[in-house]
Amino acid sequence: MKRSIALLIFLLSFVTAFAQQPQAVEMADALRSSGKIYVVIATIVIIFIGLAIYLFTIDRRLKKIEKEK
Amino acid sequence: MKFIYQTWWKVLAVVIILYTLIAGFLLGVPVMPILHETIRNTYFHVPMWIAMFTVFTISVFYSIKYLQTGKEEYDLIAVESTNTGIFFFVLGLITGMMWAKYTWGEFWSNDPKQNSAAIAFLLYCAYAVLRNSIDEEQKRAKISAIYNIFAFPIMIVLIMVLPRMTDSLHPGNGGNPAFGRLDMDNRMRIVLYPAFIAWSLIAVWIATLRYRIRLIENKRNSIN
Repeated sequence: MKRSIALLIFLLSFVTAFAQQPQAVEMADALRSSGKIYVVIATIVIIFIGLAIYLFTIDRRLKKIEKEK
Repeated sequence: MKFIYQTWWKVLAVVIILYTLIAGFLLGVPVMPILHETIRNTYFHVPMWIAMFTVFTISVFYSIKYLQTGKEEYDLIAVESTNTGIFFFVLGLITGMMWAKYTWGEFWSNDPKQNSAAIAFLLYCAYAVLRNSIDEEQKRAKISAIYNIFAFPIMIVLIMVLPRMTDSLHPGNGGNPAFGRLDMDNRMRIVLYPAFIAWSLIAVWIATLRYRIRLIENKRNSIN
């Protein structure tokens, strides 16, 4: 009986454990609130549109050559 | 094969990727320690691998068809799909290394996933070296088709199976959640799944462009 009570009290000792602190995870809220996120988006959109145009021009040149043959 | 000459799916792929570029940065994401905003890398790093798998699958499919029929076009599809796949493989490795630097601490931590992916990469580079070493077309096509049929399942096992059986830092392996219930939500899924499709289509597009160039070169070099 004494052992069971002792076991129960020791098991309840978890209430004092606080290894992980709730911390704020920094995100890019500053970029978003200042609207600068749109600069990031504009950059990658421009890069990608450039690559897409490149692929389309290759496609068109190939179509022309294939039509001649 | 008319599909490869059509334009609609190419425009669709470009539009969907533009959507993922914009929505990927404007929509909200789960807030996770260590990852912070890099979780948005998921929209770009993972589709590189999906595109690679798509194009390697097409390649092994046409390798098998070449062995069945002997049609030279099938061998050309196989080799150009593999070349495109190798390109996306490199992109996946490099983007992964960069992401690892800022989350795991090093560009290369000898993580099982990284090592296995590097080995699979060497496997496919060996395919390219093998093709270069044989001059005669039919022999080259047959031998590289057989090699491709072996390389594909080995690559799948190396990248998808082996890392899951051991300790790994990579999501989805070694006991880590695979961007499931704990660290992905529907706000990410509506960008991620279209990105899978769109980047796969872009990879197929690049492979078809290379294949069409090969066809013209082939016709120009043939005697009849």
